[in-house]
Amino acid sequence: MAIEIKAPTYPESVQEGTLATWHKNVGDQVSRDELIVDIETDKVVLEVVAPASGTLTEILKQQDDIVVSNEVIARIEEGAAAAPTASAPAAKEEADIQVAEALVNPAAKKLADERGIDLSQVAGTGKGGRITKEDVVNFTPAAAPAPTAAPAVAAEEAMPAGERVERRVAMTRMRTRIAERLLDVTQTTASLTTFNEVDMSALMGLRKQYQDEFTKTHNGTRLGFMGFFVKAAVEALKRFPLVNASIDGTDIVYHGFQDIGVAVSTDRGLVVPVLRNAENMSIATVENSIGDYAGKARDGKLSIEEMTGGTFTITNGGVYGSLLSTPIINPPQTAILGMHSIQQRPVAVNGQVEIRPMMYLALSYDHRLIDGKEAVQFLVAIKQLIEDPAKILLEI
Amino acid sequence: MSDKYDVVVIGSGPAGYVAAIRAAQLGLKTACIEKWQNDEGKGVNGGTCLNVGCIPSKALLDSSYKYHEAKEDLGIHGISTKGVAMDIPAMLARKNKIINQLTGGIAGLFKANGVTALYGTGKLLAGKKVELTANDGTVSVIEAGNVILASGSLPIDIPVAKVDGDLIVDSTGALEIGEVPKRLGVIGAGVIGLELGSVWNRLGSEVVLLEAMEDFLAIMDKAVAKESKKIFTKQGLDIRLGARVTGTEIVKGAVEVTFMTADGSEHKETFDKLIVCVGRRAFTDGLLADDSGVQLDERGTVFVNDQCATNVAGVYAIGDLVRGPMLAHKGSEEGVMVAEIIAGHKAQMNYDIVPNVIYTHPEVASVGQTEEQIKAAGEPYNVGVFPFAASGRAMAANDTDGMVKIIAHADTDRILGCHIVGPSAADLVQQVAIAMEFGSSAEDLGMTVFGHPTLSETVHEAALAVNGAAIHIANRKRR
Repeated sequence: MAIEIKAPTYPESVQEGTLATWHKNVGDQVSRDELIVDIETDKVVLEVVAPASGTLTEILKQQDDIVVSNEVIARIEEGAAAAPTASAPAAKEEADIQVAEALVNPAAKKLADERGIDLSQVAGTGKGGRITKEDVVNFTPAAAPAPTAAPAVAAEEAMPAGERVERRVAMTRMRTRIAERLLDVTQTTASLTTFNEVDMSALMGLRKQYQDEFTKTHNGTRLGFMGFFVKAAVEALKRFPLVNASIDGTDIVYHGFQDIGVAVSTDRGLVVPVLRNAENMSIATVENSIGDYAGKARDGKLSIEEMTGGTFTITNGGVYGSLLSTPIINPPQTAILGMHSIQQRPVAVNGQVEIRPMMYLALSYDHRLIDGKEAVQFLVAIKQLIEDPAKILLEI
Repeated sequence: MSDKYDVVVIGSGPAGYVAAIRAAQLGLKTACIEKWQNDEGKGVNGGTCLNVGCIPSKALLDSSYKYHEAKEDLGIHGISTKGVAMDIPAMLARKNKIINQLTGGIAGLFKANGVTALYGTGKLLAGKKVELTANDGTVSVIEAGNVILASGSLPIDIPVAKVDGDLIVDSTGALEIGEVPKRLGVIGAGVIGLELGSVWNRLGSEVVLLEAMEDFLAIMDKAVAKESKKIFTKQGLDIRLGARVTGTEIVKGAVEVTFMTADGSEHKETFDKLIVCVGRRAFTDGLLADDSGVQLDERGTVFVNDQCATNVAGVYAIGDLVRGPMLAHKGSEEGVMVAEIIAGHKAQMNYDIVPNVIYTHPEVASVGQTEEQIKAAGEPYNVGVFPFAASGRAMAANDTDGMVKIIAHADTDRILGCHIVGPSAADLVQQVAIAMEFGSSAEDLGMTVFGHPTLSETVHEAALAVNGAAIHIANRKRR
């Protein structure tokens, strides 16, 4: 019986995808739930598995083709092929599985199972192509999918042998989309940035004092700064609801919840997983969730749902050494908080010069919605909450 | 008359004879030239290894070990021995019998594989021609499609202790000593010095080893070298480090050796016999005609690339004649690699995983990198150590000195090196060498089922210990 293989239902925000990599060829045996093709969208790579076992009889979409939601991309003939060869394909499949299993070192398989890594994606560097534990340890999901790998290679070969070398590489779909959105934000919002600085010594003291107890109580989750910044942001957003709102056409949509996006940098680009209802999350939950998201982001395993929505975003350039910056707003949000590196600086405290660990804060905001006064006061609120963390707890 | 062969091999030691046999197996018309003659003037194959190296020394090591064990170590088993005596001529006769068997065996293998065995001195001329001076003096020229130089090495002679073949001998002479010297001096506490020193120490000599280097077994993993020194010293070997010999003198039928120690002071020791084993040099004397085109490097070895090709197309060099450790098996595998390359295969020997062994008891063996090498390269690593004292099998055998040390990369867990001093170290290291060939991690070895009770289990436990999972010793706290 012929079965259609369709692209998955895309989420609302995703119009189309690109067919990235076929893992099977026409005529190949596929088993139920075996990975057969990757489809790349703006945000994630979707893996399509075979709905049943059988032979892949038809491929309707080639690499680089546009694929829309639920589009039929291939056909499978269920069950074995024609009767005479019924046992042969099954035996071949078994032999293939055996060969595939034989070419993976024991500890490599164990680690791959533990990390949920698909061994078919790992390049084996051992004898005869064996996958070693080292290969699995070093495995990162393909940075650029096949469509861009081909042009990149072609471009490499076309490189002129000479002094001034140029290289032309097509943008990945994700990069194209990011470029579009950022340009859009710049052109359609009245984006300004206001700055302030925050004395981190109280927070650092708090962290030092309670780190061990926190880690022990919360099963190994470490106490960072993000937990506090998220809670401070939530508190400030409650006081300045405009900063938590978004513009939809000519309407202002006030959100009765705080979904805080936390920007994470990956090989493919910046992604912003969202902490939903951050106002209900404890600091430990925030730290945990951020850790989870960061890991998933690096492995390329963030789902679309995890990255959509958000009413406010926090980005931290400090981890890369940024002292001061003007973050770009994440539409349809109207503001974004930028954290930066902590620098020991001389500051005036009660008329005396003291060295304090200072961090510059930046708030980029859409002036169409938020006036300067709101923006400045919002940022001052964050500063005060961070400089005296008890205020977060006391909501003052 | 000019014969033409696809491959002409000069030298039939472990590198040469293996190359010749492999070439013939691959269908190449092969000749192998050997100049070694035995005491009866008959040409014999096998080179240094079979005739005056690996094999005879192992025969004497085993004979002397059994003597020592019978004399000293059986009491603990409840066995009383009296009147255990060593008949040295008989021991040497057995050794010679084994040599004859093996050299005859090679001649047999040559015949079976169709290798033309030629006896005489081979010299490479220009244009891949080889001049053969047979043992009876007749000279002929052989044309070769390819030539493999495998003339091996000779013991290094030092002016301050010139070998006279009587009281001052080299390693060859040391295998023919007819009676147990009361005091035996050994210049050079390397592999050969330790092995030969062990033989005569077991048979009753007072053995003093004079090593010029400050460090014992300097190229070995330090932890294992340190443990080995302790063990050998306990056995009665007097190892003097930083002892540089400055002169020797025959005085009243004995050898007086003068040497300087690191503090600059001069010492004299007298020995009934002195063995000089300070290393070996590539043997190129008379091998290359002036116009052969083959280049030597500054140390006198034949210059070759990774596939043992010299700068002359169609001319290869293998074994002790070229760079790398002077080990028989390294020469043999180079021989296989070259034969296969000549036959058109893609072949490359893996120089990173070459085991090396010292056949003392306990044996000392290693493969891969030492801890010091890994540290110098700046790579993070973990170490697992398991002592034989914790092995049930070793205890049952009353052979518990030593340990197994395995080093793995801290991030990828890939096994980088294994160093063992202990019973059957050579065979145990081989297991890890095989694992390393397949890119194994310490965890892979840990996941392998090992029989119990075996000595091999020490390898299993050391691999587990790398990641703090050893069962039969307390695991070290990780830094």
